[in-house]
Amino acid sequence: MKTIKWYLSCLVFTCMIVVSACAEENKNISDTTAILPAGSVNPGLTLPDGFTATTVAENLGSVRHIAVSSNGDIYAKLEKLKDGKGILLLKGGNATAVSSFGNYPGTGISIKDGYLYASSNSAVYRYKLNANNEVENPGKPETIIKGLTDRGQHNSKSITLDDAGNIYVNIGAPSNSCQVQDRAVGSKGQDPCPILEYAGGIWQFKAGTPGQEFKDGVRYATGIRNSVALSWNSSANELYVLQHGRDDLHRMFDDLYTTKDNAELPAEEFLLAKKGSNFGWPYCYYDGKQQKKILAPEYGGDAKTQGRCESVDKPIMAFPAHLAPNALLFYTGSQFPEKYKNGAFIAFHGSWNRAPEPQAGFFVVFVPMKDGKPSGEWEVFADGFAGSDEKKASGRVDYRPCGLAQAPDGALYVSDDNKGNIWKITYNGK
Amino acid sequence: MRRRLIPVNVVIAALLFILLSLEPDQTKPPAAVMERGKTVYTKECLTCHQADGLGVQRMNPPLAKTEWVLGPKARLIKIVVNGLTDPIEIDGDTFHNPMPPHPHLTDQQVADVLTYVRNSFGNKASAVTIREVKKVRAEKKS
Ligand code: HEC
Repeated sequence: MKTIKWYLSCLVFTCMIVVSACAEENKNISDTTAILPAGSVNPGLTLPDGFTATTVAENLGSVRHIAVSSNGDIYAKLEKLKDGKGILLLKGGNATAVSSFGNYPGTGISIKDGYLYASSNSAVYRYKLNANNEVENPGKPETIIKGLTDRGQHNSKSITLDDAGNIYVNIGAPSNSCQVQDRAVGSKGQDPCPILEYAGGIWQFKAGTPGQEFKDGVRYATGIRNSVALSWNSSANELYVLQHGRDDLHRMFDDLYTTKDNAELPAEEFLLAKKGSNFGWPYCYYDGKQQKKILAPEYGGDAKTQGRCESVDKPIMAFPAHLAPNALLFYTGSQFPEKYKNGAFIAFHGSWNRAPEPQAGFFVVFVPMKDGKPSGEWEVFADGFAGSDEKKASGRVDYRPCGLAQAPDGALYVSDDNKGNIWKITYNGK
Repeated sequence: MRRRLIPVNVVIAALLFILLSLEPDQTKPPAAVMERGKTVYTKECLTCHQADGLGVQRMNPPLAKTEWVLGPKARLIKIVVNGLTDPIEIDGDTFHNPMPPHPHLTDQQVADVLTYVRNSFGNKASAVTIREVKKVRAEKKS
C-alpha cells in the first residue's frame, strides 16, 4: 500500500513538472493569435490581433441567446430545461454565482427599458427589473404575447425591441419549402403558400401590452423561412434579420442540383427588413454566385429562371449556404477599435445540410457597416469553436456559437448551445 | 513444428464455427445488398442522418442502436414509407425536423436501405426483405 502511494505521488509530481513546462512554452507562442489562457478547457479560439477570449462559463446546458444588463449580470436562455428551469442568471457575469428561473424552454432573451424579455417557443414574457437592475419577481412574469405557432420545426421565437415601444418576433415557417408534404421527394409546392398567413416572417407587437395574441400582431416582413438572428439597429432605426435558407435542393431535385450545388446553394441572407418587405420564401431563394433571387424548383424553377422572383426584396449581403446564422449584434461599444463601431457581429451555428460535402460555419463573423449598409466584405472574427478541422468537416464539433451580447464595458460575449459555454472577448491592443 | 500447426487451425475454425452458429443474426448481409443500400442511404437519408448515422444535434436523430432501428421491422418500414411527425425521444433529446415519407422508393430500395442501416453505424440486425416491405405497404392501402 505504502509503495503504491509513493509511486502515485512520484507520478503526480512528474506530471506537474511536464504540465508547467508546457504552459511556459504556450506563453511564448501566443503572440499573433490570442489563445485562451491556461486553465481553460478550450483548446483555443482564434481572434484578430489584440483580442483575447476568456471562458466565462462552461457546460451550462443548451444556451441559446444571452442578454447582459447594465450591472454586468448575464441572462442565458436555455432550449432545454435544466432542473426544470429555462433561464440562467450569472450574477455579475460570474459562473460561480448561477441561479435559475422561468419554467419554459426557448431561445429569445433581451433587456429593454427596465424589463427583461424572454420567449418560449410559443410566447413572450417579461420581468420587471428593480433599481439594482435585478429581476424583481422571477416566478411571476407578465405574458406579453401567447399562442404563437409551434410545430417543432423552426420554432425559435427570437425577439428584438425598437426604441418606440415595439417588439419584433420571428415566427419561422414550420416547413422547408411549403410542399404539401414537407421535405418529401416529389411533393408539390403549395401556391399560394398558406403558411405565410401565420409564419414565415417577422411580426410586430406592442412591447408593453400584456395578453396579446397572434391576431394582435402586425406582419412586419414576410417571405422569410426562419430567422433565429434578428436585431433592431438603433443608429439606422431599422430592423435587420438573417434568413436560414432552404435545404435539400439535391435530395429533392437531383436532375438540377449536384451534391456540391446543394452545399453551395442557397446563400444565407442578411436582410434589411422594412415594414412590408417580402423576401420571397418559399417561391424564391438567393443564389450567391448569380447574385439573383431564383425561382425555387418546387414552383417550376430550373436553377436559372427568376420569374416572379425578379421583384422580391434582395439581401444586403450573402453568406455561404446552410451556415445557420443564429445571432446578430450591432456593436455600439467603445472598447473595440473604430472599424467595429456600428458594425455587425453574426454568430453562425454551423451547417448540417451540406453533407456529404464538409460542414462549415461554427464561427463569429464581422461585417463593417456604414449608414445601415455593409461598407466592406465580411470577415471571420472568432473561429476555433469546432475544435479541429476534422470535427468541423464531420459536424461533430465541440461548440456551436448561438448567442451574442455586449458587456457594459464594451466586451463581446459569445454563447454556445452544444455544451453551454460562454466566452468573453476583450480588446487590449493599441 | 509441422505437427502442431494443423491442430491450432482446427481449433480456431471450430471456435469460429461455434460463434457464428450461436449468433445467426450477426452474419453480415451480402455485399451487393449493402452496396445498394448504401446508394439509397447516400441519396435519400444522408443529409439528415449524416454519413456516420449519428444525426444532427436536436434536428435529426441518430440511427445507431436506437430502438426504432433495431426493434420490430414493420414499425421501422412504416417510418421510412409513411414518415414520422410525432416527436420521438432519444437519450432525452427531441428533434425539430419531420421525417418525410418516401413514397417514391421501390420495395427493393426500402428493403436495401433498411438492411444497410440495420448493419451499419455499429448496428447488427437481421435483413429487411422485399416481402416484409410489401406487406406493410399493402396494409397501408387497405
Ligand atoms: C429531412 C430529414 C430526414 C430525411 C431525409 C430522413 N430522415 Fe429519418 N428522421 C428524421 C427525423 C427528424 C426523425 C425524427 C422524427 C420525429 O421526431 O418525429 C427521423 C426518424 C427516423 C427513424 C426513427 C428514429 C431513429 O433515429 O431511430 C429512422 C429509423 C429513420 N428516420 C430512418 C431514415 C432513413 C432510412 C431515411 C432514408 C430513406 C431517412 N430516415 C430520411 C429526418 C430525416
